[in-house]
Amino acid sequence: MRKALALLLLVALLGVTAACGSDDDEAAPATTAPATEATDTEAEATTEEEPDPCAKEELVTVVDGSLTIATDNPAFPPWFQDEEGAPWDPTTPATGLGYEAAVAYAVAEQLSFTQDEVRWVVVPFNNVFRPGPKDFDFDINQVSYLPARDEAVDFSDSYYDVEQAVVTLKGSEFASAASLADLQDAKLGAQVGTTSYNAIVELIQPAQDPAVFDTNNDAIAALKNTQIDGIVVDFPSTGYITAVQVPNATVAGRLPAGEEYFGLVFEEGNPLRDCVNEAIAALQSDGSIAQFQEEWINTAAPPVLE
Amino acid sequence: MNPSGASGRRSTLIALASTLVFAAVLVLVVSNAPGWPAVERAFFNGEVFRESLEVIPEAFLVNVKIFLIAEVLILPFALLIAVLRSLPGPVFFPLRALAVVYADLFRGIPTILVIYLLGFGVPALGLSWLPIDPLFWGLVALVLVYSAYVSEVYRAGIESVHPSQTAAARSLGLSHVKALRFVVLPQAVRRVVPPLLNDFIGLQKDTALVGLLGVVEAFRQSQIEVASTFNYTPYLVTAILFVLLTIPLARLTDWLVARDRRRQLAAGGAL
Amino acid sequence: MSAPPALVLAGVRKSFGKHEVLRGIDLELAPHEVVCLIGASGSGKSTLLRCVNLLEPVDKGRVLLGGDEITASGVNLDRVRRRVGIVFQAFNLFPHMTVLRNVTLGPTKALGKRRSDAEEDALELLGRFGLADRAADYPDRLSGGQQQRVAIVRALAMEPELMLLDEVTSALDPELVAEVLSVIRELADAGMTMLIATHEMSFARDIASRVCFLDDGVILEEGDPEQIFTAPREPRTQQFLQRIVAAGRL
Repeated sequence: MRKALALLLLVALLGVTAACGSDDDEAAPATTAPATEATDTEAEATTEEEPDPCAKEELVTVVDGSLTIATDNPAFPPWFQDEEGAPWDPTTPATGLGYEAAVAYAVAEQLSFTQDEVRWVVVPFNNVFRPGPKDFDFDINQVSYLPARDEAVDFSDSYYDVEQAVVTLKGSEFASAASLADLQDAKLGAQVGTTSYNAIVELIQPAQDPAVFDTNNDAIAALKNTQIDGIVVDFPSTGYITAVQVPNATVAGRLPAGEEYFGLVFEEGNPLRDCVNEAIAALQSDGSIAQFQEEWINTAAPPVLE
Repeated sequence: MNPSGASGRRSTLIALASTLVFAAVLVLVVSNAPGWPAVERAFFNGEVFRESLEVIPEAFLVNVKIFLIAEVLILPFALLIAVLRSLPGPVFFPLRALAVVYADLFRGIPTILVIYLLGFGVPALGLSWLPIDPLFWGLVALVLVYSAYVSEVYRAGIESVHPSQTAAARSLGLSHVKALRFVVLPQAVRRVVPPLLNDFIGLQKDTALVGLLGVVEAFRQSQIEVASTFNYTPYLVTAILFVLLTIPLARLTDWLVARDRRRQLAAGGAL
Repeated sequence: MSAPPALVLAGVRKSFGKHEVLRGIDLELAPHEVVCLIGASGSGKSTLLRCVNLLEPVDKGRVLLGGDEITASGVNLDRVRRRVGIVFQAFNLFPHMTVLRNVTLGPTKALGKRRSDAEEDALELLGRFGLADRAADYPDRLSGGQQQRVAIVRALAMEPELMLLDEVTSALDPELVAEVLSVIRELADAGMTMLIATHEMSFARDIASRVCFLDDGVILEEGDPEQIFTAPREPRTQQFLQRIVAAGRL
């Protein structure tokens, strides 16, 4: 009996100590990249000039001396591709082919990183804009800016202004839809947590609740099986879908453009974002972005459904 | 340990006291953890909780519907498999073998794969006389998988009935099937009610897998909420709903077991 | 024309795996005979009985029931078993059914009798043995002796040609044995052909028209009870009986 009580007391004491002890090291909210300290030599700013915060030596990156960029696996055309025009696996050597690949390397070049100094990591789409520290410097994966997302992470300026589009099978009654009203009775599908899904419930507002999938690939499988009438994806993706994945699919139409745009995603508070914005601005003004779009993104656009 | 009496009272007191201390320590440690405020916001957000309550329960009805229909189908189908497995004699070998292959196959393949294969794979065959509804194939997948597990539970029950019972029944001139039907199965099924209902409790959770096929059930709906709010509280709502579904089933199990316990202790020959 | 023997076992052999339990059994029962099987545990008494109603298939030899060879191929075993009643040492009754249902199950489901008829007959039978008032009870409410008596009634309800009793009192407390033995005696007096495996030597001496001593898979000695118990011919029979006497059971 005495032993039992003593044991109880001991456990209680230990517990209380543990509880109180942990007050001391409140982890500061993650605002800086968690990896290596900047052991690079400080720039010899012996002159009165302030060092350029976006100079390569000043940048604090996840892996010292490299630029770590994240995207999903597989990475689909027209955003990324391999030599044969098939989706690219970021765990394999980079090809630099594809719109987002082009933009990413162009930004890296603006920041004075060489191609060899760019390393790629895989992050699933829905994990990109969760709050918390990141293992990448920025992510490029058709992530649309949303105010709610912006509270958890930081976005760069636009590198692509987005339109959503509806893809159906060629013989479907909805392939010839001329307006949003024509899609009212359609059973539509989209990936969970995307602006495509939002477009269905906010813009189209069909009578039936949409089918929601883990990945676009699952949605495409359902479309092929005629389990759904159409899927909503960003317009550029429709090229690969209708050309390769579902050859008997067609783009029924684009949805009215809002102010949706793709931005590069940064960990909240990462100062690198401002430097990247400068880079993007430079690429816009020297026409690189426009050139990439012309090269990689299908510009023959079907009409907009109102 | 006699719960009444002095030593019993003392041990009850000790049990109570240690539980209280443990609970207090747990609360202290958790609420003083440095990450607690963030976790509290992320998982126990009152406003998100209320918002989720407007959409998730409706989606949860899909899970309940799947679960109820599946159960009704699994109980007889699994029994059939178990009975096939028990048919004696060389003439029935093909049926026995079929039952064994079925049980091994559907317990071996991960449930999630069965759902994918049936839900996306079968409609892709393009056979116009087969339904393509993902809900239908999700249900079929769950029935096939869980019948395999439940058939093993039935089998264990059948084998736990004393062989003399079968001998006595056959000695009356009852056929194997009649002996099963009137003597063995009534006893076998009563005995395996707890593991049977336990499998059903697992089934209730696995209804969430149908969401992979695009069906918006409770888990998928909570995923949608989580994605748009960046808050994990919707998952908590879903968890609570599932627990509320489990509790009645667990109490039903207890009640059934208690009611049949007396009859289960069949008098052997000597009392 | 004389009636065929109620039961014939001719050269019956039975093995379990490598172990040969019955090594050539030759036995005949005339109608209305009561034959008791005695012998040590493991001598094959239970196996012998279970071979008679084909619960165990026979490896070699033949079994004839009322002149019909039941070990022939193509015989409907269920039909055969309806003609033979058997009562085991334990776990006889079906615990999830009332006494009445236990008794009527065979007649209704195997013989196709109407439920009401079967129940009427069952109650009469139970009444004959003083068990009518337990008809609505479940087996767990009955004493061991009552359960065995119900088991006997259940077998009788099938109107068998032959009754097999496999050590039916061995698992009972001593004070419950007598009631079961008196039921068996009644059956014998009423002319039922019976093959009884038993340890109850004085009962066997009393009731049997013939006693067979089973030893190591063969019937070593058989004869009328007086001769077997007082002047056994075989040494092993003598040894066995001496042990029984020493244990105070004779």
